[in-house]
Amino acid sequence: MLKVSIYRYNPEADKAPYMQDYELDTKGKDLMVLDVLELLKAEDPTLSFRRSCREGVCGSDGMNISGRNGLACTTPLSEAAPKGKLVLRPLPGLPVIRDLVVDMEQFYEQYKKIEPYLQNDTPAPAIERLQSPEDREKLDGLYECILCACCSTACPSFWWNPDKFIGPAGLLQAYRFLADSRDLATDERLSNLDDPFSVFRCHGIQNCVNVCPKGLNPTRAIGHIRNMLLTRAV
Amino acid sequence: MVRTVTSFGRSGTFDWLYQRVTAVILLAYVLFIVGFIFFTKDFGYQAWSELFAQRWMRVFSLVALLSTIIHAWIGLWSVVTDYITNRMMGGKATVLRLFVEVVLAAVAVLYTVWGIEILWGV
Repeated sequence: MLKVSIYRYNPEADKAPYMQDYELDTKGKDLMVLDVLELLKAEDPTLSFRRSCREGVCGSDGMNISGRNGLACTTPLSEAAPKGKLVLRPLPGLPVIRDLVVDMEQFYEQYKKIEPYLQNDTPAPAIERLQSPEDREKLDGLYECILCACCSTACPSFWWNPDKFIGPAGLLQAYRFLADSRDLATDERLSNLDDPFSVFRCHGIQNCVNVCPKGLNPTRAIGHIRNMLLTRAV
Repeated sequence: MVRTVTSFGRSGTFDWLYQRVTAVILLAYVLFIVGFIFFTKDFGYQAWSELFAQRWMRVFSLVALLSTIIHAWIGLWSVVTDYITNRMMGGKATVLRLFVEVVLAAVAVLYTVWGIEILWGV
């Protein structure tokens, strides 16, 4: 039997959050954590969590799985509960709406700040703006981000200053547009990041790299942004 | 863009660079002092006061002292703005943070003046 302990909180009924214990017969299968949640929800319909694609593409079911942020749909029990005990909590640092559902507003606010769209005032060519294969390659490891928030909510700097520090997810995307040969707003983008909080609250502890379910490296991207800021400033 | 007026250089890049540069200066100073203590024959009051009687040593020490002040300000300012935030504590965080920053600034000035007095006083 698999023991599951889940963070429960319904602000309309509960005074404080609590951990609820469940037991589940997995019939020896190495289920994904999301499968466990679905099976438990069939028994207890009040259990709330977000999910959509169930294959690690939409980024809806980011949560804290046995102490480590990850996607429930791509994390197998053999990894999350090797000793038969699974602990599920909402992503740390964000306000809880209910059970495992968090309010992502602060996360999206930071994403919005980096203006995550191509900026180019020159007349658009007839077909599309072309890139050399080398320039296109620079976007690899950046564009794959699914904005699940696992990285930013694993970052202590984001916990302390979610209103000022862009966070690893936002900064990875900031660099995605700084590195894009078609984007012409590089200088404005850098000017918007040159304060003591937006980029420089990153102290390089690499929690983000450790948890990213897509295997991306925000710390490296932040290093590139810092180098661009330095090159411009000295 | 987050506006700040109490950070050392008001630019994250500037602060980041100064913290690294001052760290290198401090490392050089520590290595020099430790090396001097261990590699000087008959190390004692005589050797120590002769070292500090030279102008370059006084200037080097002053640079190291100023580096300590700058390094400490940038580092402690980060700590203060991480842990004493209005988001967590409400309006009283502004008062508390400003108080801590003023105390730190006063200590910084005190140490600088005191350090110059000591270096050029012997």
